[in-house]
Amino acid sequence: MSAAGREETREHDTPFYTVCPMSSIRIGSGAGYSGDRIEPAVELAGTGDIAYLVFECLAERTIALAQLARRKDPKTGYDPMLKARMETCLPVCRDKGIRIITNMGAAHPEAAAEATRDIAQRLGMGDLSIAAVLGDDVFDLVQKGTYPLEETGDRSTTLPGRMVSANAYLGAGGIVEALEAGADVVITGRVADSALFTAPAIYEFGWSMDDWDMMGQAVVMGHLLECAGQVTGGYFADPGYKDVPDLARLGFPLAEVEADGSFTVTKPPGSGGMVTLATCKEQLLYELFDPSSYVTPDVVADFTGVRMEKTGKNRVRVTGGRGRARTGSLKVSIGYLDGFIGEGQISYGGTGAAARGRLALDIVAERLRLAGVECREIRRELIGLNSLVGEGVLQSEQEPPEVRVRFAGRVWTMEEALRIGDEVERLYTNGPAGGAGAWKAAREIIAVASTFIPCSLVRHHIRYYGAD
Amino acid sequence: MKLRDIAHSRSGDKGDQATISVIAFDPSRYPLLERHVTAERVKVFFSGVVRGTVERYELPELGALNFVLQGALGGGVTRSLALDLHGKSLSSRILEMEIPET
Repeated sequence: MSAAGREETREHDTPFYTVCPMSSIRIGSGAGYSGDRIEPAVELAGTGDIAYLVFECLAERTIALAQLARRKDPKTGYDPMLKARMETCLPVCRDKGIRIITNMGAAHPEAAAEATRDIAQRLGMGDLSIAAVLGDDVFDLVQKGTYPLEETGDRSTTLPGRMVSANAYLGAGGIVEALEAGADVVITGRVADSALFTAPAIYEFGWSMDDWDMMGQAVVMGHLLECAGQVTGGYFADPGYKDVPDLARLGFPLAEVEADGSFTVTKPPGSGGMVTLATCKEQLLYELFDPSSYVTPDVVADFTGVRMEKTGKNRVRVTGGRGRARTGSLKVSIGYLDGFIGEGQISYGGTGAAARGRLALDIVAERLRLAGVECREIRRELIGLNSLVGEGVLQSEQEPPEVRVRFAGRVWTMEEALRIGDEVERLYTNGPAGGAGAWKAAREIIAVASTFIPCSLVRHHIRYYGAD
Repeated sequence: MKLRDIAHSRSGDKGDQATISVIAFDPSRYPLLERHVTAERVKVFFSGVVRGTVERYELPELGALNFVLQGALGGGVTRSLALDLHGKSLSSRILEMEIPET
């Protein structure tokens, strides 16, 4: 019996548009990552009564990949899903007067803004005002200098492979400025995820960005929304313990933010999923280190005093976020090339499956040795037995009915990476009995390291497009 | 009993660090979590996974603990050889931990 289960009530959805006071602003979250579902964003824009729709689409290394794409083709470098999202969402946002804020600009916000302008013109919205927030790209600066890396303490000049990108996490300031200038769509590169959400609230309520407690509470709001469906019942269900209704039609969240910073997390009426104390607590602590010091470009937020209160079905009110003065430095993500990963998988079933799987792993290791493939690191796994939990953790001696062999290695060349998968595939005719469903892959590693640079070295600037 | 009987959990990633929350379904059971789910126990529990330190943060207001596991993600999400690059499955794993009823 779980409290999450007890929290479910039989009340009907409150028709929230009748209880939403004029002094609040509703901000919706339309994507938790680049490849996320698009339909829930359309639903949120259509029936969520929101004023802002935010798409957070930039994972840690996405910007490095985008930078490489941009070098091959100067018209690219922005999120590959941008066109699909804009084509689907612009019409409904236009109808409802919803402004869009997104980091889908990735390594090239200007090209993203131009692509959005072209789509808007084609859809008969030539007067749409689009802003590109620039200034996060600090590649030249970081390449010229030498900076201590957060992960290892080494200098940035000692990275094993070539540096391909360096982007500073900007705060909310640039987005606020673009909104003040009247932009309907604001497209950024790297900004703190939470800043995409705090910016519209700062703009609407005229909050001082030096009001640390207010900024801290605003970051709590941004943090809860930035992974979209993860606060409305996604990444949560555990049948029998934590049941979630209608995950195939999971509704995306919105925050009803009040002038004093307090806010209520909810979702569109009739959508799938649920907003409960349990879903909100899990998301509040998601990817969090010290809850008393959540460092963002605008404020060091303190989550330790956060209070959550269930105020209706699918409504959780959040207060108590605090903050301290910003640090004065900005985190920078450095993308660099780190060799290649080769991988192969093959399955074995029936009695002795695990023994045949182990034999297969030994054969591949020996074949690579004979071929002179020098792996910097290898990983040998039997999926179904030890791939997720690590060696030494599993208690059970029971043999599984089937296993999937996975052999992965880190190497310096693509040729060696391909050889790893080949040697797994060749187990079909040269390895243990009954090897089934071989699969192989090889890819270049774009790794990410972090450093910090003084704020004073980074200035945002904005380019406007459209309104022709 | 298993931790799963009184708590829920979510794991996340940042670089080579995994974060795992452990949250009491019923806040009145939080003292039990605080007493038995120590950083030391979590480090031993994940000995096959964690190479670095384990830190624990307490959030009594929410009835929750937050763990930060250093060196738990095979060198970091962007370069790990692991199947579970992000350590997403660690939350399900920690809920298997046995704890006393009092």
